[in-house]
Amino acid sequence: MPRDKSIRSVLIIGSGPIVIGQACEFDYSGSQASRSLREEGIEVTLINSNPATIMTDKVVADNIYLKPLEPESIEEILKAHNIDAVLPTMGGQTALNLCIKCDEMGLWEEYGVRIIGVDIDAIEITENREKFRDLMGRIDIPMAPQDTAKSFLEGKEIAQKFGFPLCIRASYTLGGSGAAFVHTKEDFEPLLTRGLHLSPIHEVMIDKALLGWKEFELELLRDANDNVTIICSIENFDPMGIHTGDSITVAPALTLSDATYQRMRDMAIKMMRSIGDFAGGCNVQFAVSPDEKEDIIAIEINPRVSRSSALASKATGYPIAKIAAKLAIGYHLDELSNQITGNTSAFFEPTLDYVVVKIPRWNFDKFQGADVELGLQMKAVGEVMAIGRSFQEALQKACQSLEIKRNGIGADGKELRDQDQILRSLERPSWDRLFHIYDAIKLGIPFKTIQEKTKIDFWFLKQIEDLLFVERRIEKFTVNNIPRELLFEAKQKGYADRQIAHLLKCLESEVHAKRTEMAINRVYKVVDTCAAEFPALTPYFYSTFEDENESIVSDKKKVIVLGSGPNRIGQGIEFDYCCVHGVLAAKECGYETIMINCNPETVSTDFDTADKLYFEPVFWEHIYDIIQHEKPEGVIVQLGGQTALKLAEKLERYGIKILGTSYEALDLAEDRGSFSNILKENNIPYPEFGVVENAEQAIELSRDLGFPLLVRPSYVLGGQRMKIVINEADLETTVVNILRDMPDNKILLDHFLDGAIEAEADAICDGEDVYIIGVMQHIEPAGIHSGDSYAVLPPYNLGDLIVEQIREQTKKIALALKTVGLINIQFAVKDDKVYIIEANPRASRTVPFIAKAYDEPYVNYATKVMLGEKKVKDFNFQPKKSGYAIKIPVFSYEKFPNVNKELGPEMKSTGEAIRFIKDLKDPFFRKIYSERNLYLSK
Amino acid sequence: MQTENHQNAVLVLEDGTVFNGKAAGVIGQTSGEIAFNTGMYGYQEIFTDPSYLGQILIMTTSHIGNYGVHPDEVESDGLKIAGIVSKKFSEIYSRIAGNASLQDYLEKDGVVAICDVDTRALVRYIRERGAMNAIICSDGTPIEELQKSVKQVPSMEGLELSSKVSTKEIYQVGDQNATLKVALLDLGVKTNIIRCLTERGCHVTVYPMHTTPADIIASKPDGIMLSNGPGDPQAMLDTIANVKTLIDADIPVFGICLGHQVIALSQGLKTEKMFNGHRGVNHPIKNIETGKCEVTSQNHGFVVNREEAEKREDLVVTHLHLNDGTLAGIRLKNRPVFSVQYHPEASAGPHDSRYLFDTFVENMKKHLN
Repeated sequence: MPRDKSIRSVLIIGSGPIVIGQACEFDYSGSQASRSLREEGIEVTLINSNPATIMTDKVVADNIYLKPLEPESIEEILKAHNIDAVLPTMGGQTALNLCIKCDEMGLWEEYGVRIIGVDIDAIEITENREKFRDLMGRIDIPMAPQDTAKSFLEGKEIAQKFGFPLCIRASYTLGGSGAAFVHTKEDFEPLLTRGLHLSPIHEVMIDKALLGWKEFELELLRDANDNVTIICSIENFDPMGIHTGDSITVAPALTLSDATYQRMRDMAIKMMRSIGDFAGGCNVQFAVSPDEKEDIIAIEINPRVSRSSALASKATGYPIAKIAAKLAIGYHLDELSNQITGNTSAFFEPTLDYVVVKIPRWNFDKFQGADVELGLQMKAVGEVMAIGRSFQEALQKACQSLEIKRNGIGADGKELRDQDQILRSLERPSWDRLFHIYDAIKLGIPFKTIQEKTKIDFWFLKQIEDLLFVERRIEKFTVNNIPRELLFEAKQKGYADRQIAHLLKCLESEVHAKRTEMAINRVYKVVDTCAAEFPALTPYFYSTFEDENESIVSDKKKVIVLGSGPNRIGQGIEFDYCCVHGVLAAKECGYETIMINCNPETVSTDFDTADKLYFEPVFWEHIYDIIQHEKPEGVIVQLGGQTALKLAEKLERYGIKILGTSYEALDLAEDRGSFSNILKENNIPYPEFGVVENAEQAIELSRDLGFPLLVRPSYVLGGQRMKIVINEADLETTVVNILRDMPDNKILLDHFLDGAIEAEADAICDGEDVYIIGVMQHIEPAGIHSGDSYAVLPPYNLGDLIVEQIREQTKKIALALKTVGLINIQFAVKDDKVYIIEANPRASRTVPFIAKAYDEPYVNYATKVMLGEKKVKDFNFQPKKSGYAIKIPVFSYEKFPNVNKELGPEMKSTGEAIRFIKDLKDPFFRKIYSERNLYLSK
Repeated sequence: MQTENHQNAVLVLEDGTVFNGKAAGVIGQTSGEIAFNTGMYGYQEIFTDPSYLGQILIMTTSHIGNYGVHPDEVESDGLKIAGIVSKKFSEIYSRIAGNASLQDYLEKDGVVAICDVDTRALVRYIRERGAMNAIICSDGTPIEELQKSVKQVPSMEGLELSSKVSTKEIYQVGDQNATLKVALLDLGVKTNIIRCLTERGCHVTVYPMHTTPADIIASKPDGIMLSNGPGDPQAMLDTIANVKTLIDADIPVFGICLGHQVIALSQGLKTEKMFNGHRGVNHPIKNIETGKCEVTSQNHGFVVNREEAEKREDLVVTHLHLNDGTLAGIRLKNRPVFSVQYHPEASAGPHDSRYLFDTFVENMKKHLN
């Protein structure tokens, strides 16, 4: 069946602000789906309240609604457009829930809108755990013993029946909110109460816990003719007991026999067919008993694209969301072609000749007091993916991608040697268990103990053990006498030059020189869905150490854009938005664009975005090798947040051209001393400050500066460990704590402008002219991190004179820093005086927000300026200004019930939404304005 | 797993190209036609599949050996493969139900293998150049010598190999009292074909490939199963003639892979050697008659000519390969005879096509009445 011609106009629902459990993977799927439908001549209308998304760009959809994800907004859209169908499967659980809500209100029926990609009954049955279990029973699919409780009493009865350990899950929630393991009766009651509260329908499922079973996921696609394929199998390195979003995962599954895998495949297909006959994507999770029986038990099924399907798309090269959108409008799989090969069928099962490892990225340092143990509820804020020709290589590369100051797993002098601590970590896993497995083996803790405590498959553990054998052999040599074969083996097993340097006790550059001399060079292989059976058309590469290189360098002028790595608090989807626009702008200028990033959730790592995608760690060694291979005109570092920016120094040192603002200027802005000199020269006020190295110096300095003081370590992200102190005792404790956790770090003390109003401005500068793209005023008083503040564009009650000062100062600083590209400046206004708090000569979190509010492509313009292709005066700026736009910070606190929810100078929000208001009488604005002092922490 | 202990090994292609790696399996030399299999699971089933007799197989997946070997997951009485080329070869395994490592298994049957090869480069190389012969050597023989001897390896084209793997004795499997009795002509049968029949309540008698049609017909079978097997079907003139006689006896016939090719040849169609062949578990097939698609397990280097088949009035093209449009299944119009180029018994591979065994059973039941 070719496409259903009755569908001419489709509404896609986005997933809203980024929260834990629902991140930018839905921007990736939504953008893909939208483009896929537009290819078919379908008009696409998109709703999402998250301004930092590519999907809400004019380049992606026809009609964009940056509106709250509420039925009212949907009705407004349905009134304005003649929508034929709604595709609710691209926006996570949020979109499905909104779709159900609208369905219950009869909206779809009233406006004659069909639901495509899923049906309401399928959502209902997969979310209602009791119905789901009944259905699985009817089709003979085994599940763990489970029961539903709608009340406290029912819950207790079930616990008595099953015995402990148990697992409680709240119905209709996201990312495992309210889910927990219960080992004892004492823990059970409070957790039951919490689960019932968190469920919107006051219902929890209680199941017998299958702790230690092996966990797998399959990604399925089905068309309207009931043809089904499995796009990817994913094995969880961490067994049952840890949320899949918090588990290290591997693709393809590596420890399954064909017999067991095919049984699982049959079950998955049977399950998908049982929940409805919709055409679209589906994710199914299974547990396999870790014994000779290899019993398979179904855990759950999600009838939509998911974080795992985004991962599966990146892992296989098969664009699941894009194809799922085509299936939703009637195409059959056999009518579509595999985009990677161009001429084979889209109906097939991708096969991998490499291994993919995903490691989640946590941010527990931002949530002091949070329970850091991993469990049923997802706690990670982002993830990295790495591709290698073996599990070991992929594992090392993934560790190098994390940006947690590790150079990989092992060989970086950071191992833990405390046996008790290691044993505890193996049993009660947190973000660092992987590293502790290595430490445990190194310390000589018996293999059997490690296996008993972690329940991780023996094969995986042996792979880590083997790394230690390699290290022991390397340690016997020096950089001068290491045999080629051994160095080659270490590189093939994913070791970074830095790790090898650590083992050989020499410099990273010496290892690099040695391996260049020995002709041990990175080669690039293609991700092609078919293990090289057919020629591939797509420029999607990863590195390894082997014979043949497949990445042919063209003679076009090229530019590399450095991505922002894993999402984390303070560096999220906004930077991916900027990278994607940077790439598109450079393409418009005739450059061959090269993207380097390791975040599988993003649009920047879609092989459709840049001319060439290197799915590699944003880690010096990998970047440098790509630069040497490609020889670009230059590298853009100011779009990928702090991750990319902090590589500027090394690029400069190696003589690689940084496009846009120079390294010197970037450094000037980071260095408090030189920056304050610039401010002084330009007669710009700034809070008095000083730099100290210990608590004694801090106390001394505080007598000059006066309290309250803002204390922070230098060179950190998102205000990490930033605190406001009001007396000497407070100051001493804070300084000592910071130095304990971050030794050798310098500490900045600023006089804190108590009660000041905060504002910020973003601008584009070409070194001669400055264009201010927007000035925002924060609603909360100074002291709350700008990322956690409500920001209003334009300012709502700053006097004209003040705004003029802000604009003047922005221009002065942008020019003084010799900015070429974007700059963001933060201000504090007190007693009609405007102080500059800091300047960031890079794309900021607010640039996408302003671009959406004013409907102008600022990143595109800024990139053209960086490339030297355009000057600021070449653009005809025409911002659409009417009323105000409010940036709303969004938090994921429900995942961390014990964390102090007060806000302060350390950023805690995970995402943002945009809201447009006509005037200041708007009730939403009145409400947040009246509550502006509520959250201030002291 | 500690590759430091491994000896160096080489793979030498017919055109003299050399790929380096480490030794796995037993130390020695082996030769055969080189082919690649893209399946990610099921190495044990693949290596014991008689259709792979005489072939050196490149496994494109990164790791093999991880889950060891299992006594039940065999497709014949032992390893049939001539040699194995892989990227990572794991000597340790984690599967509790497993009873040996892949290394032990290869040693038991004396199979030579090479690992740590840039298999992707190798696949890209032979993908462009088509099927060719190769030698794996881990015994230190000089390259020049190997380059000479690889030229002496006989070409698969024109080679009859079934007789090497077909049973020597008649044997029976399944319930003696079953209503349906299947005569299976063993051209190199995979165990799972027999299992798929017995699971459906059939009694199966397996005949050596040179059994005369008269002997088979005399046993009054309800249906005849023509199995898979190795080699060039055009070299099997006796078998082709025998199959024609069996078909003319109007007994339901089902052919798989080589069995399919032999049926086609017996009906005057032609087979040809493919440039690269289909080997893997992800091959897309469309059933033209139902419009449904199947993901299938495949292993063939020869194929039945589609154009000629489509011209024929007396048969129907039932299945096509979606990637390259090659013929994948036929059905005779006036006889209860059908066959497919791929492997509905799977093992290794997906179970999407098991319905074909049901069709065969139905054909037999209809024929009974």
